[in-house]
Amino acid sequence: MKKINLLEKAGSFAENKDTAAEIRDKDILPTLATGNEIEIDFTGVTLTTQSFIHALISEPLRKKGEETLDVLAFRGCNDAIRGIIETVVQYVLDTTDNDG
Amino acid sequence: MRLFLPNSAHLQNIEGFLRKYHPQPSSKILRVSGHEKYIHLHPMAIAMAACAGATATNGGWKTTGKIHNVRSVPYLIRMKLFEHLNIIPPTYIEEHEESGRFVPLTNVKTSEDLSKTVTNLIPLLHANSNVADPIRYVISELGRNVIEHSNSQVGGFVCAQYFKNKERIAVGIADSGIGILNAIRHSHPAENEPKAFRLALTPGISGATSRIGGNETNAGAGLFFIRSIAKVSGNFFVIYSGNTLYKIMRKQQEPDKLYSNPFKENHSLVIDLPKWQGTAIGIDISVDNTAEFSALLDIIRKSYRIDMKAQKKAYYKKVKFV
Repeated sequence: MKKINLLEKAGSFAENKDTAAEIRDKDILPTLATGNEIEIDFTGVTLTTQSFIHALISEPLRKKGEETLDVLAFRGCNDAIRGIIETVVQYVLDTTDNDG
Repeated sequence: MRLFLPNSAHLQNIEGFLRKYHPQPSSKILRVSGHEKYIHLHPMAIAMAACAGATATNGGWKTTGKIHNVRSVPYLIRMKLFEHLNIIPPTYIEEHEESGRFVPLTNVKTSEDLSKTVTNLIPLLHANSNVADPIRYVISELGRNVIEHSNSQVGGFVCAQYFKNKERIAVGIADSGIGILNAIRHSHPAENEPKAFRLALTPGISGATSRIGGNETNAGAGLFFIRSIAKVSGNFFVIYSGNTLYKIMRKQQEPDKLYSNPFKENHSLVIDLPKWQGTAIGIDISVDNTAEFSALLDIIRKSYRIDMKAQKKAYYKKVKFV
């Protein structure tokens, strides 16, 4: 399993979309391509934005659809972060449905 | 260009401030004046004034004007307004740490500028996360819009104020870029500003792509979230670009219900204002010690729907939190 420590990469307020895109391109997409599981650890991250989470996971979700959620897990999320992740997942998969 | 700093420019009456703004780009002079007894400006008006000053300086214009030594001048000095307007303040003050009440004007041009701004504002505010988090969230999302979509030569200007006794925060941001109409027209047909505003404020529509739902880096949901934060907390949201202003009103019949079409909200739309070259946004958010920012975001999540033909599944329930 690939573990990503978000605090180390993005700080306690994870808002920089360039950082999110880098994590997505260097860590998330290559790992998903191998079929391995990924755990994104938010421990120590106190806040994030909808834009950051979208840049982080929308492309993986669109590429593999709903099954991405079988291999992607989120650790240490507070209520605000959890709500933003759920919103982005719902939003991305809703719009992916619409493409089909 | 003429800019008048009035005695009252809150979001509920910001149109008065805007109507006294005269762009006149042919004059190559920025003339600044202010009310003789008191000046009270929402951060949106402060950000716009700073942006106008920086744009004039950037264009090699001359800036003239005098502000009366009214009671709020020390605050405007600490906000760094005179610095960005490039005019001499009527008095001098002993600079001290701006703690607990406001985030002074900051010029944001790059992603690094923005990250530094949202990090540095925490010690400035000396406030709990219920106050700091909404400010950081709003500044980050609006700042990224400026960096990614505005093409503003001077970047964006952002500032914020915390009214502790009113349990309210106010945030303003302004740029002198291409504006909403041109940004939306990159990817969507919009023949006028009201139509471009509707698209820009609708979730799933981004100027970066014609695809509904956005692309891998732009969801087209940033402005929807910001206007929703204002609505759910029972406050104003204002966006002004070109000759048009859209405002979400404080009183809403169904405060917890969010419409994807911004014109279904209780709003006002003004289309004959002096032309602002770029975009300016103001937002008020209520904060108190009992209401967590997460609760506010949760209401948005529960209310959030995109108008689409596809049947919805509760995908969010499948997300694994460990």
